[in-house]
Amino acid sequence: MTSITINNQTVIVDAEPDTPLLWVLRDHLGMTGTKYGCGMALCGACTVHIDGAATRSCVLPLSAAAGKSITTIEGLSVDRSHVVQRAWLEIDVPQCGYCQSGQIMSAAALLGANPKPNDADIDAAMSGNICRCGTYPRIRRAIHRAAALLEKGSPK
Amino acid sequence: MRSVRDPSRRDFLNAAATVGGGLILALTLPRPGGRSSAAAAGVAGHANRQMNAWLKIASDNSITIIVDRSEMGQGVYTALPMLIAEELNINLDSIRIEAAPVGDAYVNPGNGGQVTGTSNSVQDAWDKLRMAGATARTMLISAAAKRWRVDPAECRAENGSVTNMQGKVLTYGELAEAAAQLPLPKDLKLKPKTGFQIIGKPRARLDTPGKIDGSAEFGLDVKLPGMLYAVLAQSPVLGGKVTALDAAAAEKMPGVRKVLLGSTGVVVVADHFWQALKARRALNITWDPGANLQLDNAAILTLLKRTAAAGPGLSARTDGDVAAALTSAKISLSAAYYLPLLAHACMEPMNCTADVKAGGCDLYVGTQVQQVSQTTAATAAGLTPAQVRVHTTLIGGGFGRRLDIDFIPAAVEASKAVGVPVKVIWTREDDMTHDTYRPPAYEEVSGGLDAAGKVIAWKLHITSPSITARMFPPVKGVDDSVIEAAVNNLYDVPNLAVSYSRQEIGVDVGYMRSVSHAPNCFVIESFMDELAAAAGKDPYDFRMLQLANKPRQRRVLQLAAERAGWGKAPAGRHQGIALLEGYTTHLAQVAEISILGGALKVHKIVCVVDCGQMVNPRIVESQIESGIVFGLSAALWGDVTIVGGKVQQTNFNNYRLLRNNETPELDVQLLDSDEAPGGIGEAAVPPVAPALCNAIFAATGQRLRTLPIGAHSLKRK
Repeated sequence: MTSITINNQTVIVDAEPDTPLLWVLRDHLGMTGTKYGCGMALCGACTVHIDGAATRSCVLPLSAAAGKSITTIEGLSVDRSHVVQRAWLEIDVPQCGYCQSGQIMSAAALLGANPKPNDADIDAAMSGNICRCGTYPRIRRAIHRAAALLEKGSPK
Repeated sequence: MRSVRDPSRRDFLNAAATVGGGLILALTLPRPGGRSSAAAAGVAGHANRQMNAWLKIASDNSITIIVDRSEMGQGVYTALPMLIAEELNINLDSIRIEAAPVGDAYVNPGNGGQVTGTSNSVQDAWDKLRMAGATARTMLISAAAKRWRVDPAECRAENGSVTNMQGKVLTYGELAEAAAQLPLPKDLKLKPKTGFQIIGKPRARLDTPGKIDGSAEFGLDVKLPGMLYAVLAQSPVLGGKVTALDAAAAEKMPGVRKVLLGSTGVVVVADHFWQALKARRALNITWDPGANLQLDNAAILTLLKRTAAAGPGLSARTDGDVAAALTSAKISLSAAYYLPLLAHACMEPMNCTADVKAGGCDLYVGTQVQQVSQTTAATAAGLTPAQVRVHTTLIGGGFGRRLDIDFIPAAVEASKAVGVPVKVIWTREDDMTHDTYRPPAYEEVSGGLDAAGKVIAWKLHITSPSITARMFPPVKGVDDSVIEAAVNNLYDVPNLAVSYSRQEIGVDVGYMRSVSHAPNCFVIESFMDELAAAAGKDPYDFRMLQLANKPRQRRVLQLAAERAGWGKAPAGRHQGIALLEGYTTHLAQVAEISILGGALKVHKIVCVVDCGQMVNPRIVESQIESGIVFGLSAALWGDVTIVGGKVQQTNFNNYRLLRNNETPELDVQLLDSDEAPGGIGEAAVPPVAPALCNAIFAATGQRLRTLPIGAHSLKRK
């Protein structure tokens, strides 16, 4: 039994300690917004926040997640009101949508640390998230848009 | 897949009936070679009623649109409802979308089945769904007119209600039951383009909200009560079979419920995916590697070349006298090109969830082929197809991979064995090493020019495996899916010969986004540059010279050149141009690159698109960007290599895909057009590689006749 904190709620999980957080979220807790893409921290589809930092949950064992504060796409906002989600909606970023939870979590972590990223900052923060549909130009636009919304005083 | 035909749109029948106090509108379509079936006009409550539905209007005013094409990012869950909404005069934001079950009325005549592919969803739906909307609108107006005892001409349908000249209003929900009792309208009037309120306007996708909060349900996300998870062990050597299985150790591992030898490999079923995956490593399987133990890329190329040398193969098209024209040409040139195997690499790995019960099976799967999925599951379960209900989920990347069904049997067999629902998940490694790969192609091409630089002779001989022969046998004559963009040669050439030699390679090959348009466009557009160079002409001028009678092609080429500043690249940068006619869409691309210290940098791709009438330009633009990014990954790095019959690429570290920081500026221009809608999901892929390689030629003088570009060392001249 392991106790972890997800989206501000503490849950007790009965899973083997080497189970990656991704599969704890998906199989044990039914939180399927976080996606499996590669299992090797190569594609970013499984990105969550651990203590605010973008982290690949597919290679993070449950044992290492214990005691940390974890945020998933389901916890980013309750009503799609996070500034990144609003920008994503406005720009209509997703196509197939499978990678977008991870893209959004990476973008949210970037803006959390750097509310006004330039293109080089976006390159650095987003190069770990693959989108096979090629939504990259819209992701970039949406991050700039989210930064503009933040500047106008929108809450994160 | 078979090429798009032009089914007669005139002879479809429409039907309506009540189910639960509302209106269900159903249509049937002409069957191949025959008249329409009126099966849909059956009794209320009959199973077939639901199966053929396109539209449900309930008495509570809820409107559901049934979409018969799979949503895999290309936007059909928005574009197809827009067609109905245009004629029905409803607000799109208030509708619900349902994925269609298996049904005859959902057959796509252009593809010969209930298939999402060939970029023809909008073409197929264009008349059909607008007529569905117009039929419902006409019936709702008639119902209101009857209620008010007025002439229907005095009533108007707008925004989900019918109003009359006295200002009375009835909602569609209030009218639905009465409308369903009326005969089908005989004369439908579709709106002219000038009357469009929805079609052609950029609007937000209906599926975006669920894709930004994690609630969208892909196949991998399906949850059923009591569901178990499974992984599949497949032969490491492609085509191998299990000869012995020792599962004793695996069966003792935590959470493992069952290990079974299925038709596609060994299936490990456990309480959780991670347990199943760990147990798979404990399996002791003896494989018969089969015929592929010596297979590698050199052997494949040797095989294709040998077959190419054996003769010209089957003729796909012959115009004039190519041999004579090549002899008489002022300049003639020949070259050979080779295209590698590629992997689809969808972000969502292959998966399937099956729930086999006594007398039936529910299948939850992201599929592009509902009927084939149904029959595959039926065979695996020992049921009849009618006993299998296919629930199509959202698809995390299709690109043609999900036209195959190799991920279905294991889920069905496992669910049948354990008596509860089972979800089979392929790992990324499973997905990469057991894809149905884009086939390799070896292509020999010759061209001849007259004194004015006009192409007077063009001979193309394609040698490649046949996807269609594997998936939809038998193929009589030339496989249409091998000669795309080659047989409908877009340039004016009086003497033309296109031929095909089929050579299988022992590997399952599959349709991949743009199918043979990509290899053939690469060869054609690269070789056009070779001919231009031989003639001493500018590549753009040279192409325009061969397009005297092709206004749509000329237009996109000219606008792309203007937009890109053709011939005026900044110092150190070089341009390449390429043109495609495919899916009845015309588009031209200009790539702008530089090469510094042997490293290629792609700065910009300009793409000008004429895809006829657009339904939603916002989606068209994103699909064009998508195609370019897909084309860039393939052109730069795409290469599946095989050693000893095993695929060497396993994950994204050794099958490289373009990332955000590597994406050049994409400058897309969409042209307004009154032509019929063309396809947009695939058309932007093919010109990328030739445009890049033509730019590389401009920079280096090196002519790349094989891909990927990354396998070549580049030296600026």
